[in-house]
Amino acid sequence: MTAPVIAVHGLRKRFGPTTAVADLSLTVGPGEVFGFLGPNGAGKTTALKMLLGLLGPTAGGGTVLGAPLGDRRARARIGFLPEHFRFPDWLSGRELLRFHGRLLGLPRRRLEARLDELLARVDLWDAADRKLREYSKGMLQRIGLAQALAGDPELVFLDEPTSGLDPIGRRLVRDIIRERRAAGTAVFLNSHLLGEVEVTCDRVVFLKQGRAVRELSLAAAPPSLRVELRLGAADAETLAGLARLGSGFTHRDGLASLEVADEEALPGIARWLVGRGVPLYELRAARKPLEAWFVEVMGDDQRPG
Amino acid sequence: MSAMRRLLAITRLTLHETVRRRVLLAALLGGAAFLALFGFGLHAIAADAERNASRVGQVERRMVLTMFTLAGLYAVNFLMVMAAVLLPLDTLSGEISSGVMQTVAARPVRRAEILLGKWLGHWLTVAGYLALMAGGVLALARWLGPVTLPAVHLGLPLMLLEATVLVSLVLALGTRFGTVTIGVVAFGLYGLAFIGNWTEQIGAMVGNDTARRLGTAASLLVPTEAMWQLAAYHMQPPLMRELQMSPFSPASVPNAAMVAWAAGYALAAVLLGVASFRKRPL
Repeated sequence: MTAPVIAVHGLRKRFGPTTAVADLSLTVGPGEVFGFLGPNGAGKTTALKMLLGLLGPTAGGGTVLGAPLGDRRARARIGFLPEHFRFPDWLSGRELLRFHGRLLGLPRRRLEARLDELLARVDLWDAADRKLREYSKGMLQRIGLAQALAGDPELVFLDEPTSGLDPIGRRLVRDIIRERRAAGTAVFLNSHLLGEVEVTCDRVVFLKQGRAVRELSLAAAPPSLRVELRLGAADAETLAGLARLGSGFTHRDGLASLEVADEEALPGIARWLVGRGVPLYELRAARKPLEAWFVEVMGDDQRPG
Repeated sequence: MSAMRRLLAITRLTLHETVRRRVLLAALLGGAAFLALFGFGLHAIAADAERNASRVGQVERRMVLTMFTLAGLYAVNFLMVMAAVLLPLDTLSGEISSGVMQTVAARPVRRAEILLGKWLGHWLTVAGYLALMAGGVLALARWLGPVTLPAVHLGLPLMLLEATVLVSLVLALGTRFGTVTIGVVAFGLYGLAFIGNWTEQIGAMVGNDTARRLGTAASLLVPTEAMWQLAAYHMQPPLMRELQMSPFSPASVPNAAMVAWAAGYALAAVLLGVASFRKRPL
């Protein structure tokens, strides 16, 4: 097994009497897109800041890119886009990236070429020399993303990267995350936008009150499919047979629903119904949405954060 | 080597900011207005002395012009103090509270490099401002007086040391406190040193040891006004000093130990600032 990019154990952070992160242990592999999910105030940003060395943990520790938390040299291989990020707004987009390139120690000639590449990638080529104070929210988010990618990092931390973006901006972020994964970069995504996480992440961990309460692999085969059927008149025997094809069978007013292991089960269901002469008007199958998991994991005691 | 490159990247951004945010422009325009007024006044006084040459002796004329030039430098000293406190006031606390610092500190850069880079940028700005303003006052005095001050090579570095103490103090405070707090503390300390120094001078003049010691204690707490007193002491002719003819002729002259204290003070402030910033949660 290749060495993990993040391996932390028992991370804990207290601010006075409040515990922001209670006991966090996690491992992220190279090239993995990892989602950190939880309601507002669950400790996602605090955890991420500890991984970056911006905050020292109260207890626990571990490694990021093989070095102790906050190691300066390791930070050269890390990119970071904070949630409510702010940049000096009197700089132009190109000047901001150049400043970060210098902090990364990029040699002058490579730096300028890299700036052009980055600006083109986030589609800010034509706005590169405008001041950041003239940028729209979406443009700022994109220049922020370019900043995070400036050092061609092996690990990128993105804290709510799509909040405030329009659908086109969100798609750009998604595409860039996919590109980075293809290039072998691990992506650590903090988000509460479940739809985003669902389409981009390989694996998610749910964080609740500073603890990782559940881990879910999205890249592997989906754990189950929910099948919904709209049927014509069906006798009890047919319905009983249908119930045997999956689990959690319900039937009401011509709408039946059940859970099956995977898609391979779907033609069998259709064949069974057609074979019994039952009119089949509609058959839908969907993975259990992340939102359902979220509510299930977090419980009903969650209040809007 | 690369540490220096990162430090200079921060310094360059700091200098860039003073230009881009028109701080420099405002300072230059204000400075130009000040110098114009000073030149005009000096010219008027010199011309008056010229007309009454029969009644006003050469020595007296020179004293008046020297005193006016010292007054000009005293005003420059005030402007420099303002710049030394106000320019770096927001640079750490503002960037920490706005979150700008997070992306910078997440780079492979030491916290010490960030603080020292900012220190250098602001120090250069204040030093340049002092050179321009004091240089302007001295050049105008020489041209329109004509009058030259002695030992400017001692006086100006002492004024710069005064500014260095303030820049270092403000940056050190910036690692922990908010912008308004730092401003209040820095100007408060400056005021303390100011009144402390006058306490010392008057104490020395009337021979009150308690007042004198109180003033020295204030100067140890913030060695800024003492540096101006010593600078003014060096930049006036010996006769004027001995006769204590002007408000710039100190009755109690700060000694070399006070200069060493001020230099050590600035250094300690920077080192404490670095230590504090390294532990600062962002």
